[in-house]
This record gives sequence, structure tokens and C-alpha cells, in this order.
Amino acid sequence: MATTIHEPPKVEERRLPGRGSPGNGDFRNLVPSDGKLPAVQDYAPAPAKTGIWVVLAAIAMSFAAFTSALIVRQGSAMDWHHLVLPRILYLNTLVLLASSVTLEIARRRVAVFMTGARTLDLSPARWLYVTLCLGLVFVAGQYAAWQQLRSEGLYLATNPASSFFYLLTAIHAMHVLGGLVGLTYVMRKLYRVVLRRSTLDTFSYYWHFMGILWVYLLLLLWMKL
Amino acid sequence: MHDTSTHAAAHHGPPTSFIRKHVFSLDHKVIGKQYYGLGLVAVIIGMVLSWVMRIHLAWTAYPIPGLHLLSGTGAPGNVMTPEFYLQVMTMHATFMVFFVLTVVPFAAFGNFFLPIHTGAEDMPFPHFNMMSFWTTFVAFCVMLLSFFVGDGPTLGGWTQYAPLSAVGAVAGPGQGSGVIIWATSIAIFCVGQLFGALNFIPNVLDLRCKGMSMWRLPMPTWAWFITSCMGLTSFSVLMPACILLILDHVAGTSFFVASNLVINDQLQPHSGGSTLLWQHLFWFFGHPEVYIAIVPGMGIVSHVLITNMRKPMLSHRVLVYSMGALAVLSYMVYGHHMFVSGMNPFSSLVFSFPTLLITIPSTVIVLVWIGSLYGAKLRINAASLFALGFISMFITGGVSGFFLAQPSIQILLHATYFVVAHFHFTMAIAALFGIFSGTYFWFPKMWGRMMNDNLGKLHFWLTFIGVYAIFMPMHYLGLAGNVRRYQAFVVDYMQPLVGVHQFITIAALFTGAVQLIFIYNFIHSRFWGEPAPENPWQGTSLEWSVPSPPPHDNFGGKHPVVYHDPYQYGVQSSTGDYLMQDSPEQVKGAQDEP
Repeated sequence: MATTIHEPPKVEERRLPGRGSPGNGDFRNLVPSDGKLPAVQDYAPAPAKTGIWVVLAAIAMSFAAFTSALIVRQGSAMDWHHLVLPRILYLNTLVLLASSVTLEIARRRVAVFMTGARTLDLSPARWLYVTLCLGLVFVAGQYAAWQQLRSEGLYLATNPASSFFYLLTAIHAMHVLGGLVGLTYVMRKLYRVVLRRSTLDTFSYYWHFMGILWVYLLLLLWMKL
Repeated sequence: MHDTSTHAAAHHGPPTSFIRKHVFSLDHKVIGKQYYGLGLVAVIIGMVLSWVMRIHLAWTAYPIPGLHLLSGTGAPGNVMTPEFYLQVMTMHATFMVFFVLTVVPFAAFGNFFLPIHTGAEDMPFPHFNMMSFWTTFVAFCVMLLSFFVGDGPTLGGWTQYAPLSAVGAVAGPGQGSGVIIWATSIAIFCVGQLFGALNFIPNVLDLRCKGMSMWRLPMPTWAWFITSCMGLTSFSVLMPACILLILDHVAGTSFFVASNLVINDQLQPHSGGSTLLWQHLFWFFGHPEVYIAIVPGMGIVSHVLITNMRKPMLSHRVLVYSMGALAVLSYMVYGHHMFVSGMNPFSSLVFSFPTLLITIPSTVIVLVWIGSLYGAKLRINAASLFALGFISMFITGGVSGFFLAQPSIQILLHATYFVVAHFHFTMAIAALFGIFSGTYFWFPKMWGRMMNDNLGKLHFWLTFIGVYAIFMPMHYLGLAGNVRRYQAFVVDYMQPLVGVHQFITIAALFTGAVQLIFIYNFIHSRFWGEPAPENPWQGTSLEWSVPSPPPHDNFGGKHPVVYHDPYQYGVQSSTGDYLMQDSPEQVKGAQDEP
């Protein structure tokens, strides 16, 4: 019986800011005071980034299910009366896409801000506020679109096209509202100077996905399949 | 392929209050036990409901004492009405499929052991993990509520086929509020399982300890990982389906109800809906659900057998690839549940092909098990016996699957007891045997005490005989044309079959009573069992490197380092014929995955 003790398997170490490194760039992934952002990004907690893709996959699958239901329902009977979409939806689309831009500006400014260049001009919170407002405007705009359809006598059960319109827009709006709750969480963290870069990154994936999803839904509702 | 992740999972200290420790716990081990407890309650409910059905089928006019307590109108004189029979059947299936077969092998064992297997101190998102259990618990309570609201639970079966599930109370007792409660409960359940997937997938991908490559993950963890991927993509389809069903009820939409439908002489105020749409959405979830129930069992059984064979399987990679193939193919075969639905016959052919194809990975898995068992000196204990029982049930159910995969035969057998026998063997009993195997195997680690093995063996043999006595005759019943979902067999050609039903009922009551041995063993061992050592089975994976039960952070503040693949048996090391994963010892003849 020959037994030997051998070295641990060779694994590639990440270039991490070690626990003993100056600043707060330790395992909690707070940005180090010496501003070495690339190292921080390397050490972003992977579960959060994987987790957000899991969340996005679940949302994507749900809307894929709704899409297939829409396609089947549209082809199953002659009672589908295609809706003329309220024009405000196009404005809402611009608002939501603009909110993605403002979030991206905020994200980049947070990165610069965290390097230590804490000038007022770069205040990332301002852009997060703008994102929050644009998100709320989008939801309000969706509500206005529903009101317009109601004024035309189109309700949830009026015909299958209106059913799907209300259903898809409402569920998307709920997801956007959920995102806004997440945004307030991010902003609170920023004010307490405990915001992780990965938290903001994760949130931004979600928010950009909401924009892409909305453009997809708009096309789906607009097209005559 | 080495993972380099050394992240700790969630940094939460040990709980101090009773509520945090035992109720709203963030600890994956407590959550796993909570899931197990929920599954135990659900399986008892499901089993009692099946007894009620079986007694009624065998002795139709016999009053069952206390039955009126379950329904105000469904059991006049304690004898079931046909509608109440269907309500009981629906609830039996719902509790068993969702709250037992999904919850225990995947959520209960997975929660407890997956983070330990990966070398993590907890799940990545403990709050979501806690919400996963409590959401599922709420779903369970909502489902129970349906017994006490309106005219009882829905009678539409666990598949809730439209249009009868979508038109409301006109379709029968429980089809109004009962369906709404059912769909609400299942939608909540889906959310709970998605929270679970949110923890399982990042845990496996990102929280593996140093040296723990993907190929060094033990078989159950591979199975839970594959299952969570299936859960992620299938529960997120069932939930929208439930939302559409609820809207057809409460908002007057017409997703699933066709035009000019007259039910009970009443014209339904719906138009243009597609009844097949529900079936497509449901079975897109429903067939992967079969594998969500069985794949964790495959992982558990492999783990138990390897430990008791004292040698690795013929090929771990083939097992993992086959489980992955099952997962992928499970989405492509769902149409075989719809051969008689009126869908295009060409579609039947299209779905038939992958259905036959899916037997290949299933067969490969079975052959790897049997080939590995060949010549092995298997340690016979309750866990290994139930693992063998799992294989037996899976083969028996699988063989009948060959017949049912062919539309020409399936159309004849679809509505008969042949199908009841098939899915109970493959999905239900095999999965239950996997649960029992896992329980006897991991009980020492979960509760820190040994179970009585002799009682376990007795439990196995009586259960094994019992379930075959219940379900084998059902093949014969099906071939004889005995239709399922009927509450009484009054038609001439079925009258002679009642004797077989009486035999099955006696077997079911007997098998159910046998479970008291398990419950006694479980409770007695939990409190008065012999204290379990750290590694009672001389296992090699990480759960056997920590105390029984494991401490709050699993590894006592240490970060484990893994040096070997999980199944180094049949070697000569300083500890015996096995080499622990975290042992730095290098032994001649050991075969490590990179």
C-alpha cells in the first residue's frame, strides 16, 4: 500500500484584491479605495450574475409561452380583430429605451465615482433618479394606453386581441414596477456607499432586458401573424 | 476543467431566535428538512385519498366512515358520488405529483445536500431559498383550502383539460371556485420552484469549492442541476397557462373555450378559444415534470449503489450525458400525451419518434446500473434494496412505455388502467423508492441518528411486494378494456373485472399499512436512534466529511479543497477501500476525473 501526500490540484487563481488589500475591495466586492476597478469586476460575485440569467430565462420562457398561446389563439378562430395600437405606446417605447440609456450613463458614472473622483458633476444618483422617473412615466403611459382602449370600448374580454394586449402589457408593466423597486434598492445602497458593482450590473441586465422585451411585445402586438 | 470559484455563498451567521432557526430559516439544511416534512404530510394525504378511491372501486356501495367530513355533498351516506370520486382522484394526483414527487427528491434532498456536495456553506441566495419553501407551503395550504370552499375541489384531474376546466361551475362540482383555487395554488407553486432553480443553478455553476470541477460533482448533484434546469423552463410555462385559465374563469376571456359550446344545456358565453392550446401548454410542462420527478431519483440511486457496491459505475459521464439527454428530449415528446386529442395525425407521428428515442438514454442508464452491479459485492441494506427496487420499478414502467409510445397502440390503451399502471411504475413508485433509498441513506447525516436497518429491510420487502400486487394487475385490466377515471364498473364487460379491483384494493390497503413501519422507524430513530458517526457508510463525497448533522456553515468555518472524483472505491488508502474527495492522499490505481 503506497500512499503519498500530494499538492492540491492546480487551479487558476483569480486576480483578486486580497482580503488584506487596502481599501474595501475584499470578498464583499466593495470597490477598493485605490480604484482598481478591473480587479473588482473580476471578483464580482458570480452567483448574482448567473442568478440574473436564471431570472431572465424564466421571464423569457413565460413570455414565449404567452407568445405561442397568442399565435395558436389567433389561428384557431375567425374572431381575432386586430387592434390599432394606441399611439402613446410608441412614445412609451422611446421613454423605456431612454431609461436604459440613462441607466447606462449612471452605471458608468458609478464606476468613475467609485475610483475616488467624487465630483458633483459625475453624480450617478442623478441619472438613477432620471431612470426611475422614466420608468414611472413608462408605466403611467401604459396606463394611459389602457384608458384609451377602454374609451374605445375595448376591454379585457372584448376580443382575443384585446385580451392578449391587456395581459401582455400588464404583466410586462408589473415586471417594470418590480424593476423600479429594485432600482430604489440600488439607490439606497448607493447612498449608504455600500453598493456593489455587481448589484448595479445585475440590475442593469434586468432593466435592459425589460426594454428589449417591450420592443418584442410591441412588434408581436403590432404584427398581423 | 477546474472551477476556480472560491466564493462563499451567503454570509449569514448562525440563527439565534427560534423563528429564524426553525421557521423562517435561511439555512439550506433546515429548508431541506422543511420540504421533506411538507412532502411527508402531502404523501399521507395523497395515500389516504387513494385508499378512499380504491375502497369505493372495489365495494362501490360500501359506506366509508367519516367520508362526509371531506365533502358536504359528495358523500351522502358516506358513499361517494361519481363527481366526488373525480374530485378525490384529482387531489390525489395533484398532491402526489406536485407536493411529493417534485418536492422531496428535488427540493428536500437537493436543498440539504447540493451545497454540501459542491463545498459551499449555503445556497447563493438564502432569502430566496427561504421564500421558495414558504411559497410552496402557501401553495399547499391554498390547495388544501379547496376541500372547504364552495362545492369542493376541482374534478378535472391533475391535467385540468379545457374546456371543462375553463367554463366554471356549469361543468360540475368544483369546476368553479375549485379550478380557480387549483390554478392559483399551482401558479404559486411554480414561483416557489423557480426560486429553487434560482439557487440550485448558480450554486452548481459558481459556488463549487476549490478543486471541485463539474465532473467531480456527485451524481445526485448532477441530477439536481439537470432537474433545476428543467424546472426553470417548464414551471415558467405552466404559470402563464394557469394565469390564462384563471382569466377564462374570472375575466370572461376565451383562451381555451371554443365557440357555441353547450354544456349541461347551457350555451357558454365564450368564443373562438382553443381547447388544444391548454393541452400544449400543460404538457410542455407536464412531460418534463415526469423527469423532474424521476431524474433526482436516478442520481440518488446511483449514489447509493456506488457506495454500497464499493466500486464506481461503469461510466459516470455516460450517466450524466444520458440524464441530460432525457432532459432535452423530454421537451420534444410531450405530444405523446395528446395522441387522442384530435391533433393532426402527422403531429402524432412527429411526437412518436422522439418518444421512442427517449427510451435510448433511459435504457443506457439502466444498462450502466445493471452492468455495474454485475459481479459487485453489494452491501444489502435498506438504502441499497430500495435503490434496486427503483431500478426494478423503472424497468417495469419503462417496458410498458414502449407499447404506449406507438400511437396505434396508445389510442386503444390511452383511457385504460394500462396507462395508470405505466405512469405509477415509472413516475410515482420508482420516484418513491428513490425517496426511500435517499432517506435510509442520508437519514444519519440529516438527523444525526441511524435508522433501524432491519425494519428498513422489512419495509422494503413488504412495500416491494405490495406495489407489484397493486400495479401489475392494472396492465391486465387495461388490456381487458377497463377504462380509467370511472367510479364504478357497472358495464357488463367490466363486471368480471371487479374481483381484480378488490384484490388491488386489498393490496393498496396492505401497502399503505406497511408504511407505518417506515413512519415508526423514522420517528423512533429521529429521537432514540443510535447516534450516527460522521461517515457511517464509508462514503467518499463531501457530505461524509462533515459531522452528522453538519454544522450551520457545513464545514465549520473551513473551505474544503477537493482532490478526487466523488467515487474512489476499491482502492487501498489509509482509511480503507475508499478515498474521500477532500483527502490529499494519492493512491495507486485511483482514477480521477480531471
